[in-house]
Amino acid sequence: MLRQLLSGDLPRSRSLTALLVVILLGLALAPFLTSGARPLNTAATICVYIVLVASYDLLLGYTGIVSFAHTMFYGIGAYGIGLALARVDEPTWGVAMTGLGLALLLALALALVVGLFALRVQAIFYAMITLAVASSFAVLASQLSDFTGGEDGVTFSVPHVLSPAYRLVEHEVFGRHLDGRVLTYYVVFFGCLLLFLFLLRLVNSPFGRVLQAIRENAFRAEALGYRTMVYRIWANVLAALTASLAGALMALWLRYVGPKTSLGFEVMTDILLIVVIGGMGTMYGAVVGATLFILAQNYLKEWMAHGSAALDGVPLLAAALHPDRWMLWLGLLFILSIYWFPVGIVGKLRLRAWLAQRPTRS
Amino acid sequence: MPIAPAIPSADAQLPATRRDIAPLLLVPALMLATLPLVGSWSTWVTLTVAGLAMGMMIFIMASGLTLVFGLMNVINFGHGAFIAVGAFSATLVLLPLRSWLEMDSLPVNLAVLALAIVVAMLVTALLGWAFERLLIQPVYGQHLKQILVTMGGMIVAEQLIHVLWGAGTIAVPLPTALRGAFVLGDAAIDKYRLVAVAVGLVVFVTMYLILNRTKIGLLVRAGVEHGEMVEALGYRIRRLFVLVFAAGAGLAGLGGVMWGLYKETLTAAMGGEIMVMLFIVIIIGGPGSVGGCFIGALLIALVANYAGFLAPGIALVSGIVLMISVLLWRPAGLYATGRG
Amino acid sequence: MERPTPNMLAPDPATRQPLLRLAGVHTHIGQYHILHGVDLQVARGELAVLLGRNGAGKTTTLRTIMGLWRASSGSIHFDGADITRLATSAIARAGIAYVPENMAVFSDLTVRENLVLAARNGPLDTARVDWICGFFPALRTFWHRPAGNLSGGQKQMVAIARAIVEPRKLLLVDEPTKGLAPAIVHSLMAAFRELKAQGATILLVEQNVHVVRALGDTASVMDGGRVVHAGPMAVLAGDAALQQRLLGLSLDTQP
Repeated sequence: MLRQLLSGDLPRSRSLTALLVVILLGLALAPFLTSGARPLNTAATICVYIVLVASYDLLLGYTGIVSFAHTMFYGIGAYGIGLALARVDEPTWGVAMTGLGLALLLALALALVVGLFALRVQAIFYAMITLAVASSFAVLASQLSDFTGGEDGVTFSVPHVLSPAYRLVEHEVFGRHLDGRVLTYYVVFFGCLLLFLFLLRLVNSPFGRVLQAIRENAFRAEALGYRTMVYRIWANVLAALTASLAGALMALWLRYVGPKTSLGFEVMTDILLIVVIGGMGTMYGAVVGATLFILAQNYLKEWMAHGSAALDGVPLLAAALHPDRWMLWLGLLFILSIYWFPVGIVGKLRLRAWLAQRPTRS
Repeated sequence: MPIAPAIPSADAQLPATRRDIAPLLLVPALMLATLPLVGSWSTWVTLTVAGLAMGMMIFIMASGLTLVFGLMNVINFGHGAFIAVGAFSATLVLLPLRSWLEMDSLPVNLAVLALAIVVAMLVTALLGWAFERLLIQPVYGQHLKQILVTMGGMIVAEQLIHVLWGAGTIAVPLPTALRGAFVLGDAAIDKYRLVAVAVGLVVFVTMYLILNRTKIGLLVRAGVEHGEMVEALGYRIRRLFVLVFAAGAGLAGLGGVMWGLYKETLTAAMGGEIMVMLFIVIIIGGPGSVGGCFIGALLIALVANYAGFLAPGIALVSGIVLMISVLLWRPAGLYATGRG
Repeated sequence: MERPTPNMLAPDPATRQPLLRLAGVHTHIGQYHILHGVDLQVARGELAVLLGRNGAGKTTTLRTIMGLWRASSGSIHFDGADITRLATSAIARAGIAYVPENMAVFSDLTVRENLVLAARNGPLDTARVDWICGFFPALRTFWHRPAGNLSGGQKQMVAIARAIVEPRKLLLVDEPTKGLAPAIVHSLMAAFRELKAQGATILLVEQNVHVVRALGDTASVMDGGRVVHAGPMAVLAGDAALQQRLLGLSLDTQP
């Protein structure tokens, strides 16, 4: 039963399984394990990023395509729901769904156009072209401020059931009021869980196997009769749509959309860092990587601040440990991962488990 | 009795290929075409000089990138790091010698500027050498890893600028003698822009001469086409790679200094910000072609300036529109070097 | 009956060592095992021909000697030194020149520039260039034109000229006459003869039987990644059945 749920893609490592279970339980029970807004925000961000990175892994890890347009689709989903809810007086589910539907159509159209135009060229050119397209899109979004709210973004109200004022039951459950925020959290959580399982099903299907074949040797895949262009475009479209849905969920949670949080290059960098450190081509890498990354982003900086204060006298080290410089260490970790952890954390755990299982030679 | 028509011998002389001059006409054609559209002579002059100046700076920054890609088939997503580091390194000269820059004397100003440029180019060439050795060499031939690793390198470099220079932003006012503009009838031509154009031309001509008149240049041109054969002729192509990479980094540093002074502020992210435009230029020009890069850079800058005046709405996406237009005409860029 | 004196038959000890010797060379390309233990010897001053059907491994052998593909096992000795693990540029500097099957002429460079690049020990030797242009007059005509403008045969001339613009100890030449008109083939043959007369050693991969018969001192036949026959050309040329068995054709066809 579990096997079917995970589409046959088992963790294959006890440490990894344990880690995944902890993460799953932590996220599922987050409202009741923690108090206050901030930890819940962290949990919601983790859920969304898991899906965002997993959908990117579909492209990068399974199909071998480097694209810098992923945040663009994320932003489209976010803006779709956000702008729809912002422009009406009465935020209803119907409005939200319409906005989302339009966003998905736009994402589909863009993914098809970019894919048809650019997937036939060498990987590097595709990367550069997606970079150019995504940054133009971001510029457009901040310039068309009448429509999109420009640099500052747009806040909006969500359907009543999801608003903080709403209460499902009057008394507290395990120390938490079951208000609209908690409901929103569970919408996000289950939405992301479904999307993740969908991706898992996708990469373990025959379709997914062909993608991996294309990643390994596109020429041979073509010679075997698979029309690689078609598969690549499909991968592109599916990844884009999933990213858009993730964006929509994030917007629903934040009740805000803006170019920095949705379209900025920082998000793209974060995705790349997570997918490489977590482990490309594993899906679970997105889970482990996103959790560690977001937790570190929110809580590690405090540690860095302590360290920086402690080293106050030392000129360069104090500056290097300043919490604003956390990207420096992440960048170094990223580079080291590419050389020494090419399979990422998940790959490493699986490798260790596999090595431990092998019968020792006498 | 032979019935079949005479088949030309397999080694009959092929008709000589014409020199490909169509792309060379693009820039003058664009300039001429927009003159009636702009209407006013003085405005046109201002826009054109601004476009040329920016284009030259973009060319200087992109030239290293295209050469490295053409020769080594290496894509350096961290090229922006050299631009930023070059600009910041220049402050090691520009800030202490501030008083000399404030003197209203062209020779003194230019001398300080020249010294700053030399320092910047040395630092970035060294950084480029380190980059190649540490980051790029281990991942030759693996484009995916190259993209990731060089991006990581740029992130680290950007952060290190913050660490080493304290703030992330430094103001660098223009030297006094280079401020202001020449007045030509109704038109005002910024002095610094002329300097930028001059430097750009010097760089281009120097590169042209080196590539076409020296043995090293021969090696680079041959290596772009067929690195394996160059090696089979007895040359250590790896050394050539390192040299070209470091030189490309140095050029980026030069571009960074010019660009920083143009904006009169330096930010740690200034290199990363411009990467998109550099990539568009390389795609337009054809990877590996210095001439194509030159034309592409001028085109993109001129188009951005003209569009900013004529149709501000599309100015921001003019780069992409230009790229698509060029690719529709020549899918491999203006001057493809035959690399598949 | 007089017995031939040993001196008449035995070669001079100094030149007895083959210039090039491959022993048990295996080459893998990716997961494909192409060379299955090649044994090959080329003596100084001889023109050795490497024959075989398409796919027998002839080009792979040349590329392995040149270091473009790494031998996975076995050894390659050149002029007394072990070159098996050397980098291509070092092998070239040891005195081996390579004329690949696709010529690899630098199209963007002029004919002159192609030769200048090949003359790594200094400026072009005008006397030698004159001598080369004697065989290949077209080079003179196109001296300052980009090599990409040349026809196939002329490019082949450039490729060979590059290999001989300075004296080299060993020339590896891969199917130079493929697709060329008889007149050009004549010029090439004349050039090879002259080179031989000057003492050059040549390992020639060729399928043109006329060239093979006329020029070759020794013949090695490859099949399935191995050398299945090696010996003087006269032996192969005189045995029609052997030719049929090894090559599937006769060396007696008219030019």
